[in-house]
Amino acid sequence: MSKFRVVHYLNQFFGQIGGEEKADIAPLKKDGPVGPGAALNGAFKGEAEVVGTVICGDSYFAENMDTALTQILEMIKQYNPDLVVAGPAFNAGRYGTACGAVAEAVIKNLGIPAVTGMYPENPGADMYKQSVYIVKTADSAIGMRDAVPKMAALGLKLLKKEEIGTPEVEGYIARGIRKNYFAADRGAKRAVDMLVAKIKGESYTTELPMPAFDRVPPNPAVKDLTKATIALVTSGGIVPKGNPDRIESSSASKYGKYSIAGITDLTKETHETAHGGYDPVYANQDADRVLPVDVLREMEAEGKIGKLHDFFYTTVGNGTAVASAAKFGQAIAADLKAAGVDAVILTST
Amino acid sequence: MCTIVPISKTVGANRIVPTIAIPHPLGNPALPADEEKALRRKLVEKALNALATEVDGQTVFE
Repeated sequence: MSKFRVVHYLNQFFGQIGGEEKADIAPLKKDGPVGPGAALNGAFKGEAEVVGTVICGDSYFAENMDTALTQILEMIKQYNPDLVVAGPAFNAGRYGTACGAVAEAVIKNLGIPAVTGMYPENPGADMYKQSVYIVKTADSAIGMRDAVPKMAALGLKLLKKEEIGTPEVEGYIARGIRKNYFAADRGAKRAVDMLVAKIKGESYTTELPMPAFDRVPPNPAVKDLTKATIALVTSGGIVPKGNPDRIESSSASKYGKYSIAGITDLTKETHETAHGGYDPVYANQDADRVLPVDVLREMEAEGKIGKLHDFFYTTVGNGTAVASAAKFGQAIAADLKAAGVDAVILTST
Repeated sequence: MCTIVPISKTVGANRIVPTIAIPHPLGNPALPADEEKALRRKLVEKALNALATEVDGQTVFE
């Protein structure tokens, strides 16, 4: 059986053209392996060979992505390869982004598999991990000896259309893809086994890693509520009737900022909930049940608080990504601070 | 203000006020309107009180 043909994509440095001063070179190709391509070639153990190398300057790629990709794909095509390997880029951001983009374009446009490697914190990792297998590497070229065999092995599996195992087994960055499989033990038993191990202080492996939540020190107490401006924020999805900004009922991609100036009570004519994760009947009848505008207005009129802020902020907390929620929170907080708000009542459902 | 206090604790809220139920944290449709509003008022007063109270860590204001 003839060997699989592989093209290797490298930047100007690993392609042995030059350093940062050569980061602006346009794509070029060289027959056979270059630089780390030799190690890659060896790692295929005769089943595949690096027939050509395409090299492009990191800055050229970053500044001319579309034309660069077109040129690179053209050069790759000329070698008629079965697989493309890009990098590894370690923690180099421009290089990682280029490797991810090249690999993704190869898969999409040439219909052949592609593999790359980078440090998990490389910006290219988050951008391309879902569309490309990215082998997890160290943050510098010290990790070359470790990365290359893993990339070659994964490449061969893709070439031979073998089943690709879990991220842990194959060494790639988790893509967030859920794959169903039949476990030997049922879930209840696995859960109890895990709990017993935890109680005993033995090691156990979670089946679902939890996001890491940060902690912030509590703010000092409000000194005088009668002079304070209080704002309302909610994750309960309360929106003006009709949900004018189309906040999603699940996995919200945005938050809304709406005026309640002059409004003393929310009614079923004026407001509703967009939240798809709880029975909306009660909130739709009276949104004060989630966003207590009515009682805060009374307390404002009585002088118990200085002022109810003119705007409330809302999003839908149903299945919303933690990262999105954090982003919304930061933006809302900045807005509130700029507006001189003293404290916030955040309601959730 | 939330119904499932352990969730608020997990995500790191520092001043937590437990509320009535998921679909109506600040309400109770089983009550007549004026009693429901009084309930809502009491809960919001508790929240404002929490805002005006010094805390040095996560605190639930029952």
